[in-house]
Amino acid sequence: MTTPTPTTRGSATALRRVVLYATLVALALIFLMPLVWMVITSLKTYTAAQQIPPSWLPNPLAGYGYEQILNNAANPVLRWFLNSMLAATLHSLLVLVTASMAAYALARMRFRGRGVSFALIVGTLFIPPTSLIIPNFLIVDQLNWIDTLAVVVVPGAASAFGVFFLRQFFLSLPNELEEAATLDGANQWQIFFRVVLPLSKPALATLAVLSFLTNWNDFLWPIFVLFSPEKLTLPPGLGLLQGSYVTDYPVIMAGAVLASLPVLILFVLAQRHIIQGVSRSGLKG
Amino acid sequence: MADVIEVGAARGDAPPSAAKAPRRGASAGRTGRATPYLFLAPYLILFGVFGLLPIILGVWLSVHQWDFQLPNRPFVGLDNYKELFSSDSAVYGDWWESVRATAIFTVLSVPLLVVVPLGLALLLNRSFPGRTFFRAIYFAPYVLGVAVIGLLWRFLLDANLGLVNRLLGVVGLPSDTPWVTNMPWAWISLVGVTVWWTSGFNAVIYLAGLQDISPELYEAARMDGASAWQRFRNVTLPGLRPVLLFVITTTVLASANMFGQSFLITQGAPGTETRTVVWFIVEEGLRDNDAGRAAAMSIVFALMLAVVSIANFRLFRYRED
Repeated sequence: MTTPTPTTRGSATALRRVVLYATLVALALIFLMPLVWMVITSLKTYTAAQQIPPSWLPNPLAGYGYEQILNNAANPVLRWFLNSMLAATLHSLLVLVTASMAAYALARMRFRGRGVSFALIVGTLFIPPTSLIIPNFLIVDQLNWIDTLAVVVVPGAASAFGVFFLRQFFLSLPNELEEAATLDGANQWQIFFRVVLPLSKPALATLAVLSFLTNWNDFLWPIFVLFSPEKLTLPPGLGLLQGSYVTDYPVIMAGAVLASLPVLILFVLAQRHIIQGVSRSGLKG
Repeated sequence: MADVIEVGAARGDAPPSAAKAPRRGASAGRTGRATPYLFLAPYLILFGVFGLLPIILGVWLSVHQWDFQLPNRPFVGLDNYKELFSSDSAVYGDWWESVRATAIFTVLSVPLLVVVPLGLALLLNRSFPGRTFFRAIYFAPYVLGVAVIGLLWRFLLDANLGLVNRLLGVVGLPSDTPWVTNMPWAWISLVGVTVWWTSGFNAVIYLAGLQDISPELYEAARMDGASAWQRFRNVTLPGLRPVLLFVITTTVLASANMFGQSFLITQGAPGTETRTVVWFIVEEGLRDNDAGRAAAMSIVFALMLAVVSIANFRLFRYRED
């Protein structure tokens, strides 16, 4: 115990390692357990899920929850799934097209009114979107968009985030390639589509994934602007499902699993993009 | 912003091929005058209709008595605002109850949402095998929407059938806590679920900030014999200041705008004690058809948030250490 020999120092770091991993694993359990429980419950029968105390494993393994949600005329979960998929995909495309063009103009072109437009766009980043819900409801009502696909695809694309995010990215690109293209006689459109966009694939992918996630998960807006059971997206649909099944948890959890799968798969595939997008948005503040 | 183009154009003189396009280098690319506006137009239309117009319309609505069902929508001046502040109006009690609920949730959740993710980020900011894997796991709940996590936690917190009480029972603690129906449990549940759901998000933002702090600073501090706590206090925290400001500001806003958790998990219970401002506004405006009053509430609420954000900014930006 006098001077630390290499061996005692070695066992101290080994002990540290053990503590570190024990902490990491304990935390991982806290974050994952609820999701695991969702899947387990979705595979139980109604009676198994009503047991007190609940059983750890689905015994017998049952497709009951999934059968219910796939064959239920009042709760067309599959239809909601398709609606959500369509809405989130179209929304994401709309954001990509409109935000990238606007961001490019704001980053690279000089024109009258640029300062004002940019200030207005950035200014709205500071207005909580929830405070615009009532007037926006009136606007989509006037457009006759209530209970249509457009109402969950279009209005959200007015968010300033995409423009802001891509403008930062375009400003960080070196000018040389665009200049070279100019010298070769390309016009702004050609430069944008053939030079800038291909260079921006990582940023575009990040924005596409984040827009998809936001739209897929949106709850507050769709529950007020979609009504017909066949028009709903998954989040308001899940609310309806809970209303009709109350404590029939295998069914409700099967619906939740169906709503989680695409985003969890997307997360696994595009983890780098999502995490980079999030961390980059923090550094700007 | 403008310098980017100028600097670029100046550099454009250098390459020999510049001779091919005399006098064309003035802006990046040959442009018709209309081109910038054509690039902007699609977004600006969306932005005008769903970003700017609602601001103006919101103010306009707030000075009218506007019912979706009624043809007459008379101008009522500031009446909608006055009602929110006069204790004899019908809406006063519910409105301030919702403000109170929002304030309670914000005050309880923000400190945890600032500190817990910082702990996670510090834990993940070392190099060890499996780091990316654990980061992904801690972030995973955030990719799920509030509808999913709301239904999931309503179930997990169910007093009889829920996993939470079951686990507490297993370790010998009381296993009949009414998590979603009684106070103070309802607030504890809402805060706890939100911490579980969004900590990974803030942690990822902190991590990016931590990685921007120069390792040399830590090295220098270590050479001076600084303890781990001193290094945290004198290197990490100052280095994280801009990120901390961002996290605090955005977290306060996110918590103040809470809706889905209480709508789905406690369903406002007990009574309407956990009904938040956003919930009350949409209920008033879209369920009870009083869009004028709801618009006035939205504006008062946005102003409250602006005051809080400015206070935050002052507090954390200009405090000299």
